[in-house]
Amino acid sequence: MNKRLLVPLGIFLAIAAFLFAGLSLDPREVPSPLIGKPAPQFRLAQLHDPGRTFGNDDLKGQVWLLNVWASWCVSCRIEHPLLVELARANVVPIIGLDYKDEPELGRKWLAQNGDPYRLSIVDRDGRVGIDFGVYGVPETFVVDKVGVVRYKQIGPLTADALEKKILPLVRELSKS
Amino acid sequence: MTRLLLLVMVMLASGYAAADTAQPTENDPLAQSRAVKLSEQLRCLVCQNQSIAESNAELALDLRRQIHEQIAAGKSDADIVDYMVARYGDFVLYRPPVRATTALLWGGPALLLVLGFFVLYRVLRTRRTAAPLPALTTDEHAQAARMLGDATEHGR
Repeated sequence: MNKRLLVPLGIFLAIAAFLFAGLSLDPREVPSPLIGKPAPQFRLAQLHDPGRTFGNDDLKGQVWLLNVWASWCVSCRIEHPLLVELARANVVPIIGLDYKDEPELGRKWLAQNGDPYRLSIVDRDGRVGIDFGVYGVPETFVVDKVGVVRYKQIGPLTADALEKKILPLVRELSKS
Repeated sequence: MTRLLLLVMVMLASGYAAADTAQPTENDPLAQSRAVKLSEQLRCLVCQNQSIAESNAELALDLRRQIHEQIAAGKSDADIVDYMVARYGDFVLYRPPVRATTALLWGGPALLLVLGFFVLYRVLRTRRTAAPLPALTTDEHAQAARMLGDATEHGR
C-alpha cells in the first residue's frame, strides 16, 4: 500500500481524536480561579433578619458551603431537594447567597420550597456574586476552616457530585 | 494553491470583525471610549460568544457597571482586566495571555504556515528535479510509429 495515503488518514484520525475528546467537555464550566484562594471578603444583611449581617469571618474554623440561589432561578428548583436533604443530615452548614433577588420573593420561595440554609444573605446588586465569580446560578462553593475556597460546583448540585466530590471533600477538610 | 492562500487570508481576516455596541453611560468621552474598549475585550460568561459590550445578559450589565465605576475611581485598564481575571479566570479574556499552556494556541498558526511552506517547497522541488523522460531508442521509435500508424510521420 502506498505510504503517502497514510498521511491524510493519520491527520484525519488525529483531528477526529481531538474532536471526540471535545465532545465530553462542557464549555459552560469555566474553571474558577478562586479554587485554593481565600474566599472574597463580604458582609451582607441576612435574609430573615435584615438588621443583622453575616460575613465570612463568622464561620472561621468551620467547613461550610456557600450556595448561590435566587427565587427567579429555575434550575435552583432542581437542586433544592438535595440541599434540604443535606441540611437534614446536618453534616455541614450551608449558607445561602440570595443573588440579585427581592428579599421578599426570596423569603417566600424558601417558605414554599423548604429552607436548607443555616442563614441566607442578600446580595441585591450582585457585587458579592461578582467577587465570587458567579455567572450561572445556582453555584456552590466549599470553603474550608481557614476560609479558603476548595471546590466550586457550577449549575445545580447532583447526587453524584455531592456523594463523589463534595461530601468526601467536606469530610476530609473537617478532619484536619 | 491560490485557493489555499485565499482560504488562509480569509481565516486571518475574520478575526478583525468587531462590533461596537455598548451602553452610553458616561459624559466623559475618554472614559466612555475606554469603557467600551475594555468591555469589548472581555467575554460574557453567560452567553460565551458575546463580549460584555454586546451581551444583554444581566451579568454583562453588572460588569459594564463595574468597569465604569472603576474607571471613575481612577483604576488603570490593566487593573480592571486583573480584577476580572481574578474573578472569572483567563477565560474572560478574548485575547488569552501568552503562557506555557497557551503556547500552542499562539504559535499554532505560525507553525502551520511554516509547515505549509515546507510542504510547498518539497512539492515544487521534486517537480523541478524530476528526471526528464529518457529518449526513445530507434527500436522504440519504430514500435511507436507502428502503433500510431502514419500519424507520427506526417503530424507536426
